[in-house]
Amino acid sequence: MHIPDGYLGPYTYIAFWIIMFPIWYYAGKRLSAELKSRQVPLLALAAAFTFVIMMFNIPIPGGSTGHAVGGAIIGIVLGPWAAVIAITVALVLQAMVFGDGGITAIAANCFNMAVVIPFVAFYSYHLISNGTVITSRRRVIAAALAGWASLTIAAAVTAFEFGIQPILHHSAEGVPLYMPYSLGVTLPAMILEHAFGFSILEALITAMIFSYIQRTDPSLFYGERSLARENKRKKTAST
Amino acid sequence: MDKTYRNLAIGLALLIVLVPLGLFASGETFGEWGPQEVKERLGFVPSGLDQLSNFWKAPLPDYALPGGRESKTAAAATYILSGVIGVAVCGGLLYLVGKRIAKD
Repeated sequence: MHIPDGYLGPYTYIAFWIIMFPIWYYAGKRLSAELKSRQVPLLALAAAFTFVIMMFNIPIPGGSTGHAVGGAIIGIVLGPWAAVIAITVALVLQAMVFGDGGITAIAANCFNMAVVIPFVAFYSYHLISNGTVITSRRRVIAAALAGWASLTIAAAVTAFEFGIQPILHHSAEGVPLYMPYSLGVTLPAMILEHAFGFSILEALITAMIFSYIQRTDPSLFYGERSLARENKRKKTAST
Repeated sequence: MDKTYRNLAIGLALLIVLVPLGLFASGETFGEWGPQEVKERLGFVPSGLDQLSNFWKAPLPDYALPGGRESKTAAAATYILSGVIGVAVCGGLLYLVGKRIAKD
């Protein structure tokens, strides 16, 4: 899912830089307003974790390879705005030092992996767990489904960015200048290999880490302590 | 240190050691082909792709030493080293910045 340099034409990669600057700015503001010193090690672990988990390439039938991102569990545990920052740091390092993902495409890759994944995961997890207690089994399933959905949707978004390139950029004779494959190729290729492969791995990782934190210290989950505080306030208000 | 954090950190350390498993998958990733591979697939390299693909020279391209003539063992060692660099830089940077901006 790391788009290299040369696959997106200037319209697309510049558009994503314009989209990402306010997102990074706001995410940074939210992080500095909300981050508690107790969460700092978790934030550091999250960025390190997403970097490492993306190195585990797995093969799928058909000869292609790919990996999980770990962005779903980061979005659920730290909240989506902190996840934007944590995953962005990993993606920038991957692009600059390891050539994994292009420099011009950093903003697009950050949109796909550092924004789409944690936000889709966070909101679908909360939608599915819908008011159940934090320790419930349903939340583990919600986390798994959120992991699956978030990576699959991110793959579809990436495929869309790829597939519009032949429409946006071609020579007078119609020869593509950047990504040569159209939506009819990119969408099924990206969505199928994720939905039946890498997204399942993302779901498993999300569920495993979720259930570990759920059993050991559920107060770490984003929103849980403020929720507890809210309940306490309601209780004191009613008495 | 918090027990949950300690165990998560142990899990992460274990992942770093196991990271060479990620080298076994040898296929190409959709949309991440080099210009040479695009040529093999299409018979030509789109001109914009050809130009932009040289935009940046990464010091450790694809988590390996440049040149691509490493033995299997050396490649595994470089891959682990890349993981260590990633963890140190990502974790270290966010830890330091996080400590500075954290409230309470």
